[in-house]
This record gives sequence, structure tokens and C-alpha cells, in this order.
Amino acid sequence: MFAVKVLVCIKRVPAPGARINITADGQAVDSAFLGFTMSPHEECAVEEAVALVERYGGSATVLTLGPAEADEQLRYAASLGIANAVLLPTDGSDWDPQRTARAITAAIVELEAAGGAFDLILFGNESADSGGFQVGVRVACALERPMVNGIKGIDVHDAVVTARRESDAGMEVYELPTPAVLGVKEGLNLPRYPTLKGRLASKKVSVVQLLPTAQHGGQQLLTLQRPAEQASRTVVLGHGPDAAPAVVDLLAELGLL
Amino acid sequence: MLLVVIEHDRGALAASSEEAMTAGRQLADRLGLALHAMTIGADADGLLDALGEYGAIAVHQAHAEVLTDYGPEAWGETVAQFVRSEQPAIVVACGTDRGNEVLAQAAARLDMPMVANVVEVIPATDGTWELVRVRWGGSLLERASLVASTKLITFVHHGVIAEPAAAAAVPRIEPCAPNLDATLARTVVRDRVERVAGVVLANARLVVGGGRGVGSPEGFAPLQELAGLLGGVVGCSRAVTNAGWRPHTDQVGQTGTRIAADLYMACGISGAIQHWVGAMASKTILAINIDPEANMVTKADYAVIGDLHQVVPAITAEVRKRKGA
Repeated sequence: MFAVKVLVCIKRVPAPGARINITADGQAVDSAFLGFTMSPHEECAVEEAVALVERYGGSATVLTLGPAEADEQLRYAASLGIANAVLLPTDGSDWDPQRTARAITAAIVELEAAGGAFDLILFGNESADSGGFQVGVRVACALERPMVNGIKGIDVHDAVVTARRESDAGMEVYELPTPAVLGVKEGLNLPRYPTLKGRLASKKVSVVQLLPTAQHGGQQLLTLQRPAEQASRTVVLGHGPDAAPAVVDLLAELGLL
Repeated sequence: MLLVVIEHDRGALAASSEEAMTAGRQLADRLGLALHAMTIGADADGLLDALGEYGAIAVHQAHAEVLTDYGPEAWGETVAQFVRSEQPAIVVACGTDRGNEVLAQAAARLDMPMVANVVEVIPATDGTWELVRVRWGGSLLERASLVASTKLITFVHHGVIAEPAAAAAVPRIEPCAPNLDATLARTVVRDRVERVAGVVLANARLVVGGGRGVGSPEGFAPLQELAGLLGGVVGCSRAVTNAGWRPHTDQVGQTGTRIAADLYMACGISGAIQHWVGAMASKTILAINIDPEANMVTKADYAVIGDLHQVVPAITAEVRKRKGA
């Protein structure tokens, strides 16, 4: 029986689904009326880490780069069963993908020097807010580890991780030697909810802080803006079942009948 | 040179790459750059004519032992080596899973920036470009600056309509033999599980979507019946997959599948941003909802105000009547 050492990297983002407003200077999302969460893909990464440690033994660590308030997301992960938490504190401003990846890489090198290598590092496929699709790839590359994104199925046997990803034609299967890095997508599993016991335990977890010092990359946010709203021009075809003939006329017009 | 990285599945050109060729050609024309394409793996050699139709004057055919099938590291390293030796001004791909992954791998190896899901490029002469890219799956736009000797960009999928060049080119073949370490085989596709051939959410012409308003797993049967009758498929919202009513593969949304149907029928779906961004590339959207103020209704092209449990069976009956006639 072998034990697995897993690291999950998460990001604090406004709860998806809410209408997002922008601050007056156009530099950030106005968070005054928003709840925060971790990106949905990462909720599945956390669930997977907890399940892997339950199955094989070992340990799980959660890491985030973000404002002091991201402590909330670290403790949420802890309430689900992740024992170790690491915060790379920032002033909450938008960090570009290269800078973020450099900071996370440096933190992982430091954590591994002290506590040994992670067999598996999990990222979300992309963050829900900035959606750069690259931080996990950059970290894996800097650590010279194999990395595949878009993963919806994971099995670990000894020193091999089998990972599955959907494609237009079906499912692609990858076999990565550990230590490995994966970017996962929602659908990987159905995340659990915290138990009361978990919530209480999460308050006692000590969050390790590592101050990031990484340099900027070549892409910088200038402003955020909302796409031009199209004037509402919904054509109401009718009310209730009586509208059926009009709907079928539309189907015919679109060549779908 | 503007280089377009082409996606293919063992020799079949991906529709997303037709978009990338179209967006790449428009940008190359604006900047007076030569339009080149890169195909990776021997399977892709047959794509020459198709790429000529989209205006490529040269096709770089990358061949190597580990390029037998898709592998993000081997593909990314191939692009990175090409950038080092040929120094193209711009490298573009479509912002698909693979397009974003390959350019991210290349960018990581080059330690260069990579801008994902761009909708607009504003070049400048002083080296600092501006780009507009989508955030939150398309519900926000970000204006970003970019400084890089080679600009690595993916264009947002479904952002342009693929259009061949006014005059087809006959591309010259440029063989390209990247020096790839055998260890990169560690992320090459090892096996495939083929889907039974047929319509899937991502390529369906008709999607009948259900949301919380459907009420139960059983409530999807009438939606399934209508979709089946019209050769379409069933989709659903995140609320539905989180409740366990439908598998995640049916989810339309930012964290599910982006659809681009000819018609999306959204039944009992309120239309949260997360769902809307997965549906908005559809050509026509019809919302069926009891709430005339629901987001989905106000954003849709067409709406029926009513209870989907009555409206959907009535549509099915009407379709059967006309088909029988």
C-alpha cells in the first residue's frame, strides 16, 4: 500500500452566476455585494485530493495566492478534510499569469524542500474569473513535470496517474509518471459538503504564509469592461401550449423539422 | 510571419482551426504579414489543400517520433522550438482545450506571455500591443497590454465565422523536424475511448435544455422525446447537474459545454451568467419559461411564456402532426 501526497492550488473568485459589476476605475470587480468561493473546477480538485487521501493514505495540502480574505477559501477546503493550508498573500490586485505561476512555483519548491515532493499537484482547468488557461501549465513546466489539462477522471496506481479527458471524438486516456500535475474540470466528481465537525476543525488549522516576490510578466490588465448589452428584442411567440404551432413554424424556418 | 497552429484529430481538420485560420488571415492582412500554418504529426499532411483554401502560403509540417498522437508537452515544445528559430511576429490558435493548452505549453517553455481567448487585437508600433480578451467565459471584457517579441494569442472559440480566402493559395511545404526528447511521450494520448458516432452537445444543431424548472430527473423525459424526434440532444443547467438529475456531460455553461446550436430551446432555465455564456454562441435561442422577466427570456430571440410541462408536450404533438402530414 502506498501513500499519496497531493497539493491543490485554488483561487478565490466571486461566486459564479452572480451579475458582475466593475469598480469605477475599471480595474477590478466590485465585490461589495458579492459572495466569494473558489473556482468550480477547483472544488472538484479539492474533492479529488480528499478522496485520494481517504483511499490511499498520505496527506493533502491546499495553496492559494490572493488577498488575506482568501483564508476563507483555504478554511473551506480544510473543512472538507485537507489538513494543510498555505497562503501566498497579495494586496488583492490582479496578478498576471506569469507572475502568479512564478510565485506558486517558488512556494512549491520551498514546501517540497521542507516536506518532500508532492506526488500529484492539482489545478483547476482555468480560473472562473480571469480564465488565462496557463498557470498550472507554467508551474508544471518550471518544475519539469508532466502536465495535462482538462481532466475529468483520475486513477492513481503506484507511480502512474491515469487521467481521462473528453474530446469531440470521445475520451482521451493519458498515463503520467509521478510526480505529475493535472488541470481538472467540473464533472470529475461531485464535491461533498462540509460536516459540522469539519467546520469546527477547519478553524484550528494553522495557515502557513509564504510571502511571494515574483516579477511581473508581459501581459497586464488595463481595464475591465462589460460587453455592449444588446437591446432586448425577444419575440414572444405565445403563451402556454397554444404557442406550439408558432414554435414548430420556427423549427421549419430554421430547417430543423 | 503570422503562424496558425492547426488542430486535427488524426488527420481530420478541426472546425475550430478553420476559425483560427480566418482570424489569423484577417490579422495578417491588416499587418502585412505572411500567413503560415503549422501541422503537427504525419497524420496531418493531408490538410495541405484545406489550409490553402484558407490562404496559407506555407505549411510547416512537423514530424517526430513522439508526434504519433496528440501530446500537450510534445506539441508545445514543437511550437516553442519553431518560435526560437523562426521568430514569427504572431502565433495564433483557436481557444479550445487543445489550442489554449498547446500555446500555454509553448509560452511556458519560452517564458513568454500567452493571451487566451482574445476577441480584438490593437497593434502598436512601439512594441506594446493592446488586446481585448474575454473573462468570466464572456460576460466581461478585459483590455490588456502585451509586450513580447512573439505574440502568442488564442482567439475565443466561436468568435469568428470560418470563411475561406477570396483566392485559395497553393501552400509550399516546409518540413520541420523538432528535436524532441523521448521523455515527452509521457503526456502523449495513450488510449482512446471512442464515443458511439452521433450527435453530441458540442456539435448538435438542436439542443433542448432543461433547468431547475424541470423539477426532477423524470421531468427530462418529454425534453428527451422532443430532442429525439428532431435529431437533437438534451442539455441542462449547472443547478441540474449539481442536483444529480443529469450527468455533467449534459451541462451547458462556463464549466460545462459551450454549444453553438442552430436552435437552443431553454426550458425552465433562469439564465444565470454561468449558463448564458455556454449557450450564447447558438444562432437562435428560444426560452420557455413561466417567468417573463427571467434572464433567459429577456436575452433570448424568441420566448414562449408558460409552463414547460405543458408547452413541451404540445410542441412534440405539433411536430408529430406536421411530420405525419
